[in-house]
Amino acid sequence: MNTTAVHIENKARKKKNFLPYLLVSPYLLFLLVFVVFPVLFCFYLTFNKWNIIAPMHFIGLRNYSRLIHDRLFWKAILNTLQFLLLHIPLQLTVSLFLAYLLNQKIKAAAFFRASFFMPVIVSGVVVTILWQQLLGFDTGIINRFFVSLGLGKVGWLTNPNIAIYSIAAMATWKNVGLYVILFLVGLQTVPTQYYEAAKMEGATRWQQFYHITLPMINPTIFMVVILSTIGGFNLFIEPYIMTGGGPLNSTLSAVLYIYKQAFQYYNMGYSATLGFFYAIMIMSVVVLQKRFIEKEI
Amino acid sequence: MDKKNTFRKILLYVALSIAAVTFIYPFLWMIGASFASMQEIGKMNLWPSHPSWKNFVTMIAKIPIWRSLFNSLLVAAFTTSLVIFTGSVVGYALAKMRFKGRQLIFYIIVFTMSLPFQVTLIPNYITIVNLRLVDTYLGLIIPFAVSAFAILMFRQAFQGLPQALIDAARMDGCNETQIIFKILWPNIKPTIVTVAILSFIGSWNEVLWPLIVIRNEQLMTMPQLVTLFAVGGRADAQLGVKIAAAVLLALPVMIAFLFFQKHFIQSMASTGLKD
Repeated sequence: MNTTAVHIENKARKKKNFLPYLLVSPYLLFLLVFVVFPVLFCFYLTFNKWNIIAPMHFIGLRNYSRLIHDRLFWKAILNTLQFLLLHIPLQLTVSLFLAYLLNQKIKAAAFFRASFFMPVIVSGVVVTILWQQLLGFDTGIINRFFVSLGLGKVGWLTNPNIAIYSIAAMATWKNVGLYVILFLVGLQTVPTQYYEAAKMEGATRWQQFYHITLPMINPTIFMVVILSTIGGFNLFIEPYIMTGGGPLNSTLSAVLYIYKQAFQYYNMGYSATLGFFYAIMIMSVVVLQKRFIEKEI
Repeated sequence: MDKKNTFRKILLYVALSIAAVTFIYPFLWMIGASFASMQEIGKMNLWPSHPSWKNFVTMIAKIPIWRSLFNSLLVAAFTTSLVIFTGSVVGYALAKMRFKGRQLIFYIIVFTMSLPFQVTLIPNYITIVNLRLVDTYLGLIIPFAVSAFAILMFRQAFQGLPQALIDAARMDGCNETQIIFKILWPNIKPTIVTVAILSFIGSWNEVLWPLIVIRNEQLMTMPQLVTLFAVGGRADAQLGVKIAAAVLLALPVMIAFLFFQKHFIQSMASTGLKD
């Protein structure tokens, strides 16, 4: 009797100690299967040649040397950087401007906010199909508008010097509503007394904006830069649908190239190498940005 | 002075209206174009002179769009439920229980959140192949069933609740699952709504992963099917048909947005504000 009672109590205590681990076990299992194993396996794949069907074979650092000499990969990275070059500043200025307008005391603010937000929630697939038509050379609305103004047609998606910027503009149109909301939250944290004090001193609106608003919303600005950077590095579906990476590979994004290497050419080892390298690159850029930001604030 | 202010106000509304038109007009044009004939699509009119369902009829005949709608709803619903369940359970343990390794797990979650998916993409595909989950719903659901972001959201929400609530429930003989789902859940409704919206939208809009693990047209998600329809050349000659597919894909989310606008905006904004 006595021993069973002790036994039961022990069991209960054990159960109690065990319980938290049981509760976190879904995450631990997920971590093991979908995070830890993939990272290790991806690293292992970078030293192998593998098309999934035939057995893997070890090729040392050949994938890495191939990466270094792969002009198309570097072009894809360059394309992605060109995309960011327009996307980040455009996103930042447009969203800050719209948030600033919305932050005045206006009627129908909810309507304006919702209309800016509409593209954010809609699938990128929809937005891309839509803009493919709007940007079309002959039948696109934008070129028709240009022609009606007496201007020439522009090869928004067919001119290799322009296409990636067209996609950057479209991506900005899609995402800007989210950043308007983030800036709006940021702007509302600025104490109104600051503006009142500045007004007493005779500061113009521009001076108020430059000397009070901007410094106060610095954290939001940097957050928007980091989020747009990460989003931009993951550019995939827009060029996949719109241009397939063309014309002349001018819109081939890094993720699209990695995808093609793996799931069109079945170069699993090489694609893993590209993915591994690219991920380290993204993390380094974000860490650098964060460093820079912490210094600034 | 007053005159200047009125002028400013007018300018403000003009600017906002131009912006609103820039965001809304393309969608309205898209809806109109889905009812338009080939010849009329290129025009700037919002509504075609001879509207017809022809584009939709052609599209529905070519691809299993209703099946894909069902697939997307099913996958998004299951993914969202699992994310909420695992997020609550793990978040509760991290917030309200003391055990060895608790801090470590928390740091691991934060760290792995910033891991770019390019690293895990191919290995995860291999895992799905080995688990024989290619061309199954589970292949679309399982890799997204646990979300680090959801765990952190729930952890934070539970931390804000008083310990007394839990102690009282335990006195009444509740076990931990009852505590989480019966006692604590009613107190963190906004968090549940936020996680639900984000995870549903995320699952609904995911394209890359379905493109990799689903080959059977009957099992494709809606964005995947529409994507392959748009790039596959089958719809190339007929812009209207492509646009009709895009309209059907956009409609469910747009309607949900019109109803739960405030929740949508707050939820989406919280992804950025969490850092």
